[in-house]
This record gives sequence, C-alpha cells and structure tokens, in this order.
Amino acid sequence: MTSNSVFTRYLPLLLLAILWEVAPRLHVVDPSELPPLSAVAMAWWGLLTDGDLWTNGVSSFINWSFGLGGAILIGIALGVLMAWYQTVDDVASPLVKALYPMPKSALIPVMILWLGLGAGSKIASIGMSCLLPVILSAYNGARGVDQALIWSARACGASEREVLWEVILPGALPEILAGIRNAVAISFIVLVASELLVGQRGLGYLISFLGEGGVYDAMFAVVITVSALGFFADRAYLYFMRRTLVWRE
Amino acid sequence: MERVESPWRRRILRSSSVVILAAAWEWAARMHFVSDFLLPSLSTVLMRLWSDIVSGDILVGLGLTMARTFAGFSMAAVAGVIIGVTISRLRFVRWFFDPIVSIGNPLPKIAFLPIFILWFGVFDWSKIAMVAFSSVFPVVVATWAATESVDKYLVWSAQSLGVTRRQLLWQIVLPSAMPEVFTGLQIALPISLIVVIICEMTMGGQGLGGSMMTSMRFADSPGVFSGIVAIAIVGSALVKLMELLRARLLVWHQESARR
Repeated sequence: MTSNSVFTRYLPLLLLAILWEVAPRLHVVDPSELPPLSAVAMAWWGLLTDGDLWTNGVSSFINWSFGLGGAILIGIALGVLMAWYQTVDDVASPLVKALYPMPKSALIPVMILWLGLGAGSKIASIGMSCLLPVILSAYNGARGVDQALIWSARACGASEREVLWEVILPGALPEILAGIRNAVAISFIVLVASELLVGQRGLGYLISFLGEGGVYDAMFAVVITVSALGFFADRAYLYFMRRTLVWRE
Repeated sequence: MERVESPWRRRILRSSSVVILAAAWEWAARMHFVSDFLLPSLSTVLMRLWSDIVSGDILVGLGLTMARTFAGFSMAAVAGVIIGVTISRLRFVRWFFDPIVSIGNPLPKIAFLPIFILWFGVFDWSKIAMVAFSSVFPVVVATWAATESVDKYLVWSAQSLGVTRRQLLWQIVLPSAMPEVFTGLQIALPISLIVVIICEMTMGGQGLGGSMMTSMRFADSPGVFSGIVAIAIVGSALVKLMELLRARLLVWHQESARR
C-alpha cells in the first residue's frame, strides 16, 4: 500500500479525531461530557509520567496473564483428554455443552464471594470465563484429526505419547488457536468488568476511580489506553497465529 | 472390549454427569467441607430460586434484564444490517466505515462503560446503549461479508432478467445473505446478555445482574448462587431459541435440508 492510499484509508479516523477536538472547543457538545482530544492526550501524558498508568497496568497485566494462561493450559489439557478417552468425553461433554452458553460475566460475584476482593477473584473470573472456549476448541480440534493419520502413525510404531504430541496436538492446533483468540477477547471483557466492579488496583479500577472523581479527561485517556491494549493484543495474536500456521498453507 | 461398548453404558454416562455433579455439590455442602456461606447446598439454592419465582422477584429481574437485552440487541441488529448492506453497496460509506469497523471490532467495548454512564446516566438508556454498541460490530461484519460474497451467477441471471437495483437488493442479495447475517446475530445475542449483566452489576438497577450483586453485598450466598443458576438457564434458553428461529426462518435454505 502506498503512503497515499494509507492516508485515504485512515482519513475517516483523522476526521473523527478533528471532530472530537473541535466540537467540545466550540461548545457544540459540553466539554465536561466530552473533553477535547488534546486535553485527553495531555491527561494521558500526565498519568504516564506520574506512574499511575504503569502501576495499575502492571497489576492488570498480572491478573490477565495468569487468568488467560491458566485457562489455556488447563483448557487444552481437558479438551484433548475429552477427545482421547471416550469415558471422559461421555461424562464431561454434556456439562461443557450445558455451561458453554452461560453469560461468563455471571461468575464474577461468585468468585468475589470465594476469593475476596483482591487479585485472586479476578484471576479466577478470567480463567473460568476463558476455560470453556479453549476446552471446546481443543476438543473439536482433537476429534477432527484425520483418523488415517493416527492409524498410520501407530502403524509406523509411534507410542501413544508420540501420537498425542506429534499427530493430535499439531492437527488440533488451528482450532485451538482460533479458540484462544476467542478467549483473548473474553479475557479483556472480564478483566475490565471485574476491576470496574471491585478492587483497589488495575486499569479498570483506575477508570472508575477517575470517573467517580469527575476527572473526565484522564478517564477518557485510560479508556482509550485499555481499548488500544485490547486492539493490539488481538492484532499481535492474529500475527502470531498466522506465523504459527504457516506450514498449513 | 472398549470398541464394542453398549450404547446403554454411554447413555447412562452421558446423563449421569449432571446428576453426579448435582449430588457431589449437595453432598459436599451437607458434609460441611466448606462453610455454608461459601457453598450453600444445591437444595437451598433451588429452594431459594423457587421461592423467588413464586414471589415474582425473579420475574421482575428477568423482565428487566430481557427488556434491556432485546432493546439494545434489536438496535444493534437493525443498525448493523443497514450499515453492513450500505458498506458493501456504496463506496463512500465503505470508505468511512472500513477503518472504524476494523478498529472497533476487536476493542474491549466494556471499557467504555463509564463514558456511557457519563453520557446517558445510570438508568436504562446507558445499559441499552452499551449493549447496542457492544453487539453492533459482529452484525456489521457478518452482513458486510455476506452481502459482498453473494453468488455472482445469481446476480447476473437476475440482472439479465431485468431486475431493478431495489429488486436485486430485496430479492437476491438480502435472502442469500440471510444465513451469514443470522450467524452474526447468533454471535451478538450472547454478547448482549454478557454486557447487560455486567452493566447491571456495576450500575445497579435490579435485573438479574443487579440482584446478584445486591445479594453479594449482603453476603446472601444462596441469592448469588440462585442468580447464577437463573442466568445460566436464561443464557442456554436464548441460544436454543436462536437455533430454533434460525431453523424456522431459513427453512427454505439448503442448510435446513441437510438434516
């Protein structure tokens, strides 16, 4: 893409940004309800330099990575186990399918009840919410592996462990990676929601703290930051996913 | 031996898991492995749910939650389909919305909640607007992709039979895009429900999420658990409903014949 076509492509965003700056300045909208973009940028710089953004960002990142990471590891293990053993499948899959459509946000109050107001309940909420999509994708992926591949691996004398690591897991990988992308999106929703609800730390907490204090330019700055993090997490994951699946054509 | 399992064994195993889980829950609570507060027994929770149904409390909450969900969801559905169709038909609209959709779709929209509270207050409108904002993107993306990829031969044959642009849209493009558009709606509805419940939990205003949060603040754990059970039932019922609706609306489509 030439620089000119990139400019035309993203011109609408630039126009929106200009509108955001000009409309509150001319009092077309109330500047207390929509602070001008430049004020938001200044507030963002302020939060960045006095460290608020860092400390809260780090604590959000810890919750997010533990919750999502745990869900990915446990989810893949459970999903493959379900696909591998008929008995596990028979027992677990009705449960997984019954719980899958449950709105994930409903788990947050129970996790607070069990684990209190600190990081534990947030990690657990994120983990529980991301678990089912990962389980289901690993299960579907592992079941979808071509049976002929497994037979030929066995015929070549592969042990069960080798079949698992070198046939089932690579074969299930595309579905697993797609499921994880789903889980990444959910993890951000639950992270922000759980921090908005209760807590003393984290970006979600910072948003609600600034909002309640009426510091709206800074609140907008944190909202934009969280959105940008969610966006770039998705893009980075997509890039990683394409790189990983290069061998599949 | 493993290969020739009797179908009965499987059927029993399949139906047993829920029963076993329920029994384990009841047993663990009765044996007081954990305190009643952390895990009230299943029977307590179900009794609580039943008494809330009889007293009508849960019906009020359910009604509020559903009203907010469907108000926001239908706004998202109508706006999403209109935007999606116009994107694929008008170059100007596409130019404007293309970067907005590609950036807006993966955003964690829930972070905008305090901004919506600031703009629309803490009552119903902010919740409805939040739901519409969160669930409009999947509908736009699905509609856009669907109307873009309509079978060329269908369009050409219709044109050679002399349809107008309007007829082409209503009789060829929209019907053949229907399955994919409906898939977008099936993605958007669960999102709507998730968002409604988060909004009710943060802003109050009753509803299923609001009353769960109230129970939690009053350390009323049967209330929290009966809330979860109710929300889980509603979630599955809505997903099921969308599947039935899909089978009904797309009865003319090939996908329905496959079964």
